[in-house]
Amino acid sequence: MKLVVANLAKEFNRRAIFSDVSFSLELRDSLAITGMNGAGKSTLVKILAGLLSETRGSIEYSVDGKAVPVDMLRDQIGLVSPYLMLYDEFTAKENLSLLSRIRSNSFQIEDRSRELLQQFGLWEKRDEFVRTYSSGMKQRLKFVFALLHQPVLLFVDEPTSNLDEEGVSLVRDVIEQQKKDRILVVATNIHEEAGWCSKRIHLKKI
Amino acid sequence: MNTFYSTYAVLLKDAQSELRTRYAVNALVMFVVTAAVIVQLAIRSELPSSAVLSGLFWVVVFFAAMSGLSRTFVSEEERGTSMTLQLVASPSAVYFGKLSFNIVLTLLLNSAITILFTVVFPGFVVETFGTFLLTVLLSSIGLASTSTILAAIIAKANTKGTLYPVLAFPILIPLLMTAMRATTRALDGEPFGNAAEEYQILISYIMVITAGSYLVFDYVWKD
Amino acid sequence: MFGKTSIKVVQYGSVLIISFVLIAGLAIPLSASPQSWLEFPIIPGLEDKARNLFFHVPMSWTAVVAFFVSAIYGIKYLRSKNIDFDNISVSSAGLGLLFSVLATITGALWARFNWGAFWNWDPRQTSIFILLLIYGAYFALRSAIDSEEKRARLSAVYTILSGLTVPFLVFIMPRMMAGLHPGALGDESGKGPLFETNMIASNMRVLFYLSLLGFTMFFVWLLNLRVRAGKLELQQLQSGK
Repeated sequence: MKLVVANLAKEFNRRAIFSDVSFSLELRDSLAITGMNGAGKSTLVKILAGLLSETRGSIEYSVDGKAVPVDMLRDQIGLVSPYLMLYDEFTAKENLSLLSRIRSNSFQIEDRSRELLQQFGLWEKRDEFVRTYSSGMKQRLKFVFALLHQPVLLFVDEPTSNLDEEGVSLVRDVIEQQKKDRILVVATNIHEEAGWCSKRIHLKKI
Repeated sequence: MNTFYSTYAVLLKDAQSELRTRYAVNALVMFVVTAAVIVQLAIRSELPSSAVLSGLFWVVVFFAAMSGLSRTFVSEEERGTSMTLQLVASPSAVYFGKLSFNIVLTLLLNSAITILFTVVFPGFVVETFGTFLLTVLLSSIGLASTSTILAAIIAKANTKGTLYPVLAFPILIPLLMTAMRATTRALDGEPFGNAAEEYQILISYIMVITAGSYLVFDYVWKD
Repeated sequence: MFGKTSIKVVQYGSVLIISFVLIAGLAIPLSASPQSWLEFPIIPGLEDKARNLFFHVPMSWTAVVAFFVSAIYGIKYLRSKNIDFDNISVSSAGLGLLFSVLATITGALWARFNWGAFWNWDPRQTSIFILLLIYGAYFALRSAIDSEEKRARLSAVYTILSGLTVPFLVFIMPRMMAGLHPGALGDESGKGPLFETNMIASNMRVLFYLSLLGFTMFFVWLLNLRVRAGKLELQQLQSGK
């Protein structure tokens, strides 16, 4: 799996958010996107995950040298983002099983979700409604959701927002471990988190 | 095959969510009851003609649908879950899943309104049951189809509630006019075959709107 | 959108043609048995009111053309995401709204004197009314969306969806309601639109088609003006912030 981004630009209402972003990532590469608030970190992550269309430039995913449209990679992408919400009216377990079923890979999620829920300290709370969760627990659950289907591409926007100290170190461990066999993109403005990654781009506010 | 399974999973998710929260159903039930009472108070002991009754029937159906059918998309957008859905499902799975959910909801809604009208208005007697059944069935699908794509549109706009009927009415006029005419025939006891033209119009309306919505849904759904 | 010279031709041409139609359409006298090109025949039931043909029908025609121009440029926008196409689409819709209001007013006035009431829910009156509703809904939708790209995208989708229902209206209307319009199925004088029957003299026909041409050119000229104004506004917005 390879990701090549060339001269990417995004505008909202004819106002440039960022422009001329280029980089390329291969398996086991990790990229930190840094920049001030409003520099377009989240927007860039959304575009990479195929949730938003770019204004100019190109994003090309390829597997074994063959280009694959991002729409076909739905079960290869995991995303943690403050804009990504889980369903309040369902429990953690229901959220995971319903969303995996929609993704149509519910086959072996039972063991995997147990393992992840335990790892993120949510196993005891698995049958409680997400609406009763604290924001830190929601953030942990987002990681479980993002890692559930073992995606090749892992995008993490503000990895440690709302997390306590224990949660931060948990996330650090998880990311250290995950970046070994994935393509990892982390958007953050915390210096230490940017250090987790081998590559870095800085978005300047335009 | 995957899309089919995924569509079914979206429908299941929406149904389960609706059973838990009852957002749409509560709005629909309250609306239908209120509307029926108001109409009853206005008519009192008059005996309206079958044309008037079928007109009233579809007026109530239209506004009830406008009060409840936008939930599927608006609730996703309001709670920020639309991105989650976008991440796990293809646009066609989302569209057809939400469409199926709205079809089920509209069919339930129309059955409820039929029962209510039969109880409340002595003049509302379905003489040709087949015509009525087929008309309500086809119109429900057409109504759900139009409502679904428009719900996806208004979910992205600022003033959601008021805009919905404004956008829907011009597009639904052909459907509503045809449904009214066929319903009048059913109330008047005309034979089933008399409404053949109406069935044809309704079926082609469903096909055109659904195919059109499917083609443009990508542009609505992806920001 | 067009070259400078061709827009001048359209501009002066439309003014010239519409002025000519205005004068000729109102001034040429009616006669029971027209002998020359400068006399109109008397159409039973219409008489002097027939002169509305030269204004009302081209206005309705322009309103419909504007709708299709708007829809076509909406599709073009969706395919290219070029905001200039959205500008053309919305400009055309604005003109379409204007012309459908004009057509409704001229039609209602004419109906008052011919049919006795301003409004009768005649199929064609209903159609233009629905067109007005569509335009109204279109602008209501646009004003409810802040983001420029989203506004362009969603309103283009809406024009496409409403365009899909047009064939149904054309098909359903005449079956559902009794027609009063000259040339409608119920009209004793015949079937098909008025100017396809032999009740209209060739000079009326020429003037009518000339008027269609004039109003279409007028529409093109106005559209060009609005598109240019829209572009300037967008540039101003861009440089102002």
